[in-house]
Amino acid sequence: MKLLFEKSIDSRKSSFLAECDVPTIDLDKDILREQSLNLPYLSEVDISRHYSQLERRAHGVNNGFYPLGSCTMKYNPTINEKVAKLPGFVDVHPLQPEETVQGCLKVLALAKEYLTEITGMDDMTFQPAAGAHGEYTGILLIRQYHIKHGNVKRNKIIVPDSAHGTNPATAAMCGMEVIGIPSTEDGFVDLDKLRAAVGEDTAGIMLTNPNTLGIFERDIKQITQIVHDAGGLVYYDGANLNAIMGVTRPGDMGFDCIHLNLHKTFATPHGGGGPGSGAVGCKQFLAEYLPKPVIELADGQYSFVNDLENSIGKVKSFYGNFLVVVKALAYTMTLGNEGIPLSAMNAVLNANYLMKLLSECYTIAKPGICMHEFVITMDKEAKEHHVTANDIAKLLIDHEIHPPTVYFPLIVPEALMVEPTETEGKETLDEAAEVFLSIYRNAINDPESAHKAPVLAPIGRPDGVGAARNPILRYKNED
Amino acid sequence: MGNYLPSTDYQQKEMLDVIGLDSLDALYSDIPEDLKLNRTLAIPNGKSESEILKFFSELSEMNTVYPSVFRGAGAYRHYIPSIVQSITSKETFLTAYTPYQAELSQGILQSIFEYQTMIAELTGLDVSNASVYDGASAVGEAAAMCRDRKRSVTLISAAANPEVIDTITTYCNSSNYEVALIPVVDGVTDKEALKQLLVENVSAVYIQQPNFYGQIEDCSDFAEIIHDAGAKFIMGINPIAAAILKTPGECGADIAVGEGQPLGMPLSFGGPYLGFMATTNEMVRKLPGRIVGQTTDDEGRRAFVLTLQAREQHIRREKASSNICSNQALCAMTAAVYMASMGPDGMKDVAMQCMSKAHYLMQQLDTIGLKRVHSGRFFHEFVTDCSDTDRVLAHLASNGILGGLPVESGILWCATEMNTKADIDKLILLVKEVI
Repeated sequence: MKLLFEKSIDSRKSSFLAECDVPTIDLDKDILREQSLNLPYLSEVDISRHYSQLERRAHGVNNGFYPLGSCTMKYNPTINEKVAKLPGFVDVHPLQPEETVQGCLKVLALAKEYLTEITGMDDMTFQPAAGAHGEYTGILLIRQYHIKHGNVKRNKIIVPDSAHGTNPATAAMCGMEVIGIPSTEDGFVDLDKLRAAVGEDTAGIMLTNPNTLGIFERDIKQITQIVHDAGGLVYYDGANLNAIMGVTRPGDMGFDCIHLNLHKTFATPHGGGGPGSGAVGCKQFLAEYLPKPVIELADGQYSFVNDLENSIGKVKSFYGNFLVVVKALAYTMTLGNEGIPLSAMNAVLNANYLMKLLSECYTIAKPGICMHEFVITMDKEAKEHHVTANDIAKLLIDHEIHPPTVYFPLIVPEALMVEPTETEGKETLDEAAEVFLSIYRNAINDPESAHKAPVLAPIGRPDGVGAARNPILRYKNED
Repeated sequence: MGNYLPSTDYQQKEMLDVIGLDSLDALYSDIPEDLKLNRTLAIPNGKSESEILKFFSELSEMNTVYPSVFRGAGAYRHYIPSIVQSITSKETFLTAYTPYQAELSQGILQSIFEYQTMIAELTGLDVSNASVYDGASAVGEAAAMCRDRKRSVTLISAAANPEVIDTITTYCNSSNYEVALIPVVDGVTDKEALKQLLVENVSAVYIQQPNFYGQIEDCSDFAEIIHDAGAKFIMGINPIAAAILKTPGECGADIAVGEGQPLGMPLSFGGPYLGFMATTNEMVRKLPGRIVGQTTDDEGRRAFVLTLQAREQHIRREKASSNICSNQALCAMTAAVYMASMGPDGMKDVAMQCMSKAHYLMQQLDTIGLKRVHSGRFFHEFVTDCSDTDRVLAHLASNGILGGLPVESGILWCATEMNTKADIDKLILLVKEVI
C-alpha cells in the first residue's frame, strides 16, 4: 500500500487553528530553516482511511489469539482506557503546584500501596517507562547501595544463560561486568555454578521466576541465600509475575528489588511497543536510593520530596508514564484481592491445558507442570524434516493466530515460547490447539509448502538480510 | 469481584481434568509451601466497572484543570486535532505489541517507517529510530552513542532543561562516565567557556534549542567549535520550533533529540511522552532501539521489517548499544498523525503563533513593569523579573490561570497557539492588580 507521503497532494490541507489574533512576529532570516519541511499535504479523510488501512494490516489482542511468550498479551479492558482519558488526569501540567494535583499523587500512592503488597516489597517508584528501564533503575539501586557502603569493587552482575537479553544489556549500561552462568539440564539455576560464581566482587544477580522456560525455581530461597551470603543483592525481573501474583511474592523469596511490567501483568495495552511502565519496587533498605522525587503523605496532603541525599537521581522527566499507572491501578482495583490470584491461577491453568493438547505432536522442552508459559522445541523436526520453529510461526499467521515468541530462550534450540494468558476461554484454546496440530502434521508431510507460508497475509516472507545490508530507513521524495 | 476470565467454573474443571489435576492449587505444587502467601492479599475487594468509573472520576476531580495555561518548561499545551485521538485509540494499534512478526504487523511497521521519515525531515538528519522513552532519556542514550575509551566526558549546557540535566547525569554517572556543565551568560550557553571546557576527553556536547529559558541559541558555529575538538554535537530541539528554526542538520549536529510531547500528546501529568532521536548515516549503527527498514517480500512487494537488529539487546546482550526494548510506539504514532494532520503549513502556523503570542505577552508584561531578564531572541518562552512571584501566581491561579513557572530570576512564561489575545490581556490585568 502507499505511504502517507505518496498520497500527498500539494497544498491540500485541513485547518485546525484559529487565525492568529496578535501581531505576527517578523523573523530574522539567520535563524530560519532553509530546508523545506517535507511533510505530506493531506485532508482529514485521507488520514482517516490511511490508518484504517494500516489497522487492517496489523494484529492486536482484539483481533485474535496472541500467545507471545514472555509478553503476557492479555485482554486490555476498555474501562481502563476510559478512566485514563478523564480530563482531570489528561489536562494536568506536571509542574502544577502540589495542592492542585492531589488526585494524581493519590493514584501513584495507591498504586504503590497495592503493588508493593502484591510483590512483598516496601517501596516503589513509577518513573521508569518500560521493563528494561525498570531493570536499569533497579540495578542502579543495587550499584548505589554498594557504593554507599564503600564496596566500589562489587561490579559484577550474575545473569543465567536463560535470561532475557535486556538483563545483560542493563548490567552493562550500569557499568557492571556480566557473569553468565549456565543452567542445569532442567533449566534451573545451577547452585554449584552459582556458588562458584559469587564472591567479593558480586554486586548481585538478575533472575526471572518463573524462569524463561516457564518453570518455578524451587530452590529460589537457597539461590537468594547464596547471593546474600556473598554480600550481593538479588534482582527480580518481573516479566513473568503473571503466573504467581497473589500466590507467592518475590519479597518472600528473598528478592531485594524488582521491576514490574505494568503493560504485561497489569493489563495496560502494549501500544505496538509502548508506552509501558516499568515500576520498580524495593525493600526498605534500598528505598533511600530510589529516583527523585518521592511522594510523601503528611496531614492528609501528598507532596513531592526532592531533597534526597542518596537518590540515584532521575531516570526520566517528571514521574513516569503516569496514564499507564492510572490504567494499571484501575485494573488492580477491579480484580481486587480475590481476582488477582484467580487470574494468575487461570493463566497457569490455560498454559498447562494448551501444553497438554499440543504435546500430542509437539515436543515440550521441559515437560511437567508449567507456570504461565511453556516452551516447545522444534529441534528434531528441523533436523529430520527441515520444519523449523519459524515455519510453524509463519503457518500460524495464515490462521490469524499471532505466533509465539520464536528462538527464545536461547538455551532451547528451535524454541517456540507459548503464553496463552488467563483471558482466553477454553474454546479459544481448543480451536488454537487444532490449528497448531493440523499445521504441524501438514508441515511434516509437506515441508516445501510450509516454507512458503504465510500466503494469506498482506505480504509473504520479507527479505530481512537485504533490509540490513542496504538499509532504507525513510521515504525520500523523488523530486 | 471483577475479572476478565472467560472460562466458567465448569470449563476450568474440564481443563483441570484434561491436565489430570483436581484443583487450581495443584498447579502450584512446584512452589514450596513456606513460600506461598497462604493469606488474602491486603488490598481491597474487587470492584465493578461502575464503581471504578466513579472512584476514578472523583480522584481526577481532586486535580485542578486550568482553562488557561502559561506554563511550559518541558511540557506544552497545544491544540490536538480530534483525529489524533481517534486514530490512536483504534484497538488494534492499542493492543498489538512490538512488530516481531513482519507479515502480521505491516500496519505497525509502516506507521513507524512514516514516523521515522517525518522525524528525519523535521531534524534535517538522515535517520530516526522508532522512539525512546522521553526527551530526557533520549539525551542519555545520545551521550552513550558518542563515548569511547578515550572520550568519557559529556558537556551539557546549563541552559538545558533541569529535568534533562538530572536525567543525563544519572545516565552518565551510572556507566562511570562524567558530566560537566557549560556556564550560561545572559540566558544562553557561554561559547568562550565551552571552548575552554572542550579538552581531549570530551565525547559530546549537548545544546538545547530553544533552551530552558526560551532563548534561541546562536547555533551557527557550535558544530565547528565542537568538531574541531573531536567531539560530537548533540542538539536538543523543540519539535514545534523545528518547523521554522534552522534544523540540526543545517547546524551540523551529529544527533538530534527532543521531547515529542508537543506533537499531539496531552500534558498528562508528565507522561506518556515521546523521546525522538535522529542521526547521520555514519552513526546509524550506534543508534539505540528499534529501527524499521523497507525491503521486499518473496514476491517483490514492498515490505517493512525491524532492521539493523545486530545493535539490539536480544541479539547482542551485554554488548548492545542500549538495553531498550519497549519504547513509546503509540506516542510515535500520535506524533505522526499529528504531523500528517497539521501538514507543513500547519506546523509552521503553530510555530509562528506560539512565537508571536509569546512576544505579545512579553511586550504586555513589559508595559506593566515585569521586565525580561535576558536580551537576545526567544521562541515561545522567556523569563521576566517579578518581585512577588508567589502572590502573582496565586492571584492568577484563583482566576483559573496557571501562570509561568517560578525560577531563580523570576518567572518563566510560555505562550502557545492556545492562548488567545483575550487570555493574555486578562492575565495582564490580573497581574497588574497585585504588583
